[in-house]
Amino acid sequence: MFGKLSWSAIPFDQPIPLITSIILILVIAGTLGLITWKRWWPYLWNEWITSVDHKRIGIMYGLLGVVMLIRGFADAIMMRTQQAVAVGGSQGYLEPEHYNQIFSAHGTIMIFFAAMPLVIGFMNFVVPLQLGVRDVAFPTMNSVSFWLTASGALLVNLSLFIGEFARTGWLPYPPLSEGSYSPGVGVDYYLWAVQISGIGTLMTGINFVTTVLKMRCPGMSYLRMPMFTWTALASSLLIVAVFPILTATLAMLSLDRVFGWHFFTADAGGNPMMFMNLIWAWGHPEVYILVLPAFGIFSEIFSTFSGKPLFGYRSMVAATLFICIVAMMTWLHHFFTMGSGPAVNTAFGISTSVIAVGTGVKIYNWIFTMYGGRVRMTVPMLWSMGFIFTFVIGGMTGVLLAVPPADFLVHNSMFLVAHFHNVIVGGVVFALFAGLDYWFPKAFGFRLHEGWGKASFWFAFVGFWVTFTPLYILGLEGMTRRLQHVNIEEWRPMLQLSVVGVGLLVVGAACQVIMLVVSIVQRDKLRDVSGDPWDGRSLEWATPSPAPFFNFAIMPNVEGEEAYWGIKVKAIESQRLSEEPEYHDIEMPVNSPVGFFTAAFASITGFALIWQIWWLAGLGFAAAIAGFVVFAWRDVHEFHVPAEEVARVERARRASREALLEQIAAAQGATA
Amino acid sequence: MTVETGGVTATFSTREGDGGRPVRMALAAALALAAAGCSGRSIFDSVGPVGRDDSRILIDATLIMLAIVVPTILLAFWMAWRYRASNTKAEYLPYWSYSGRIEAVVWSIPILTIMFIGGVIWIGSYRLDPFRPLSKTPPLEVQVVSLDWKWLFIYPQQGVATVNQLVVPAGRPVHFSITSASVFNTFFVPRLGSMIYAMPGMVSQLHLQADRPATMWGTSAMFSGDGFSDMQFQVRSVADADFAAWAAGARGGGPVLDSAAYAQLAKQSHNVPPISFRAVDPKLFDAVATQKIPPAPGPEPENASHAGREVTPAGRH
Repeated sequence: MFGKLSWSAIPFDQPIPLITSIILILVIAGTLGLITWKRWWPYLWNEWITSVDHKRIGIMYGLLGVVMLIRGFADAIMMRTQQAVAVGGSQGYLEPEHYNQIFSAHGTIMIFFAAMPLVIGFMNFVVPLQLGVRDVAFPTMNSVSFWLTASGALLVNLSLFIGEFARTGWLPYPPLSEGSYSPGVGVDYYLWAVQISGIGTLMTGINFVTTVLKMRCPGMSYLRMPMFTWTALASSLLIVAVFPILTATLAMLSLDRVFGWHFFTADAGGNPMMFMNLIWAWGHPEVYILVLPAFGIFSEIFSTFSGKPLFGYRSMVAATLFICIVAMMTWLHHFFTMGSGPAVNTAFGISTSVIAVGTGVKIYNWIFTMYGGRVRMTVPMLWSMGFIFTFVIGGMTGVLLAVPPADFLVHNSMFLVAHFHNVIVGGVVFALFAGLDYWFPKAFGFRLHEGWGKASFWFAFVGFWVTFTPLYILGLEGMTRRLQHVNIEEWRPMLQLSVVGVGLLVVGAACQVIMLVVSIVQRDKLRDVSGDPWDGRSLEWATPSPAPFFNFAIMPNVEGEEAYWGIKVKAIESQRLSEEPEYHDIEMPVNSPVGFFTAAFASITGFALIWQIWWLAGLGFAAAIAGFVVFAWRDVHEFHVPAEEVARVERARRASREALLEQIAAAQGATA
Repeated sequence: MTVETGGVTATFSTREGDGGRPVRMALAAALALAAAGCSGRSIFDSVGPVGRDDSRILIDATLIMLAIVVPTILLAFWMAWRYRASNTKAEYLPYWSYSGRIEAVVWSIPILTIMFIGGVIWIGSYRLDPFRPLSKTPPLEVQVVSLDWKWLFIYPQQGVATVNQLVVPAGRPVHFSITSASVFNTFFVPRLGSMIYAMPGMVSQLHLQADRPATMWGTSAMFSGDGFSDMQFQVRSVADADFAAWAAGARGGGPVLDSAAYAQLAKQSHNVPPISFRAVDPKLFDAVATQKIPPAPGPEPENASHAGREVTPAGRH
């Protein structure tokens, strides 16, 4: 009746997951209770859960990403402390079967459920605003995408207290991940969580490719699109190209595990090397799916805070597309040590280092964007400078790993661990914090507290280097990764130093939390009345803060690169805003619960497949499909926003812009 | 130089004497010092030619890139400082966003660097291909089987086998044939050089050499399950005469590695102390590699008291 599931699936004998689970359940129950008590359900349901507004969905992606980032960071703290205490004969406080789940969960969570939702969250929030449109191409599908991602995250967290998570690393290499060597449900949790969220991500990719190709406002030609939108397009193209590979590969592994097939087994004609090729054919482009939008965020920030257009815009576009294409030709560098032969290793070593050309060009273009500028060292700019320093060094160690003979010494070592954290933390995470500070006022109407933001940057930056420099050194000492305990006594000091770095990172994270709290408390003081707090250059700054749900009362008409900068300069020169237009009714897509229902049933299906409860899997799948069918019967797709409402919002915006214009005129009068 | 795989005798020995190049030596020293500065266990303390060449390429590539990376970082910080908003003396060029000359330079610098690195990659990949014999000297043959969670070394020429203990003669190349009886592992002796995967149903080749007697350690460099952390082995390189004596000693005592003993060995176990076998079935390695002997068993399947959760295998210390 219940497949492999029974009460003994709950780890009553393991205190750490049990206590964590109990705390989590209490927190969730408390939150739900509070929502019920305060009668917030109708608001949550109507304004958020069923919302198809790209900004709301972006914020929900962000929230999911932050929650999972904290979970992944907790795993990281356990890993670093375990390795620091389990040296020279000691077993530390985590048994292998628990430690192995932690590092597998850390990687899986950070990539699939923290970095991806945060990057996609920014794409959701920013791209339609920058394109000057009112929503994405498929607003309801966007909601389905988000909820499917959330469903995957739910399954990962469920593994904490029902059964176990994978103990095979974040990419479950066979034969270790096959049924004979991993008979538990851990790998199945991994497979179905990633599978369900991967479908959501693929839908996001399709949505954003379509949005950018088909939904630009009048005058927004390709070579007038802001850099972030370009990188979002490149990232979405990569998603569409490679996520199907992930889906197919994981499906094949599932067939091996459940039905005893032999795609990737070591015997009976299966080929585990094929899994590694396929998973990295997805996995390496995945890195660029994450980092290209991060580059886009930095491009916006360098240009805005230097008070100048981006240097070499066309060259940046070319470099982005170059990276996008070459990213799909480098996967084999993840296993030079498989023995593919010198010709193959040479080809992939060179294709990998060639990517550094595109990245190098970008770095120089950001540097020359500052040339002749008026650089304001705000919080986003600090993250960006920290990024250049960190990422250039991470890129260098990456090229080192792309040199096969060098890789033969440091492959799979702590050097590798330090390298990819160097590029992912230094590239993606720094970009996310920079972007958070940069676009926060557009989302919530007030800026974030600058002092706490700066404190958080400095702790994170120093903490990062104190954590990962020792790991580089340990890698050169021959220390391999994923060790539950360390037999070599001499490595203790470096492992302990790394924990000091983690301590600094914890302080940095605390500063972020304090920054949020302080900013919310002081929101009236930090209020962004103008809608353009940073003297921005792209169209999102033409809207009020927070942006109204329809984004633009009238479609902007773009007349050059840097759409909003052009409008702004014209207004400043003529000392007045453009003529007040005639307002019309606006049609906006209606909310839909289909995303929430589909994901709820997808979660049930995933859970049933993990525990092999076949009747429930069939039922859940049928219900999920039925949700779509019911949705397809919908007759009303849009609702009208009356012209008066549009006019009211737009007049308020014009009033604030006029005030801004007077301010600028007064400032210019003072300097003249 | 040639990238052919034949006639390679002198490739490694000729490059031993050029200890000069102060920059490279200084960097090597700095990195090695940074590498905990003690105990001579880092990848820079190579005992043999392969490790020395690998680490030299690592250092060379680092130097080539540092030549670009350091000025780039300095330029970034200088630019941000020079054009800070409060510095009204700096020129303000609010519309300057293109310069063909700078574009040409910023594309050329990475392209030239990568062409340089590309050369290092090309030449290095051929010269240090793990499958390629080091010299014409007939090598010592060692067959390596990775098991859950220990290493089996079979010496076909000597007719002996060991577990978690590798003894090789100094000054003579060693040819490793490597397979796995269960899951993937990576055979790695940091101070000898290149690592390579141990894969079930396949045989990888690796040629290494120790130049002088030394005591080292080896490890699996790819996660392989619960006992992975103890999947380390002692490595000793000894003088030729000592090696012969060691082999004779090994032949003189210890159990025989027959199919029953192998079946016992193939079961999952943690932290296994070194064992020496006085005789071994000469067809054992091939039988494992071709899976005539079926793959080693994994953990016990989950049972009623641990639904969905794997049971810790027996034999844990």
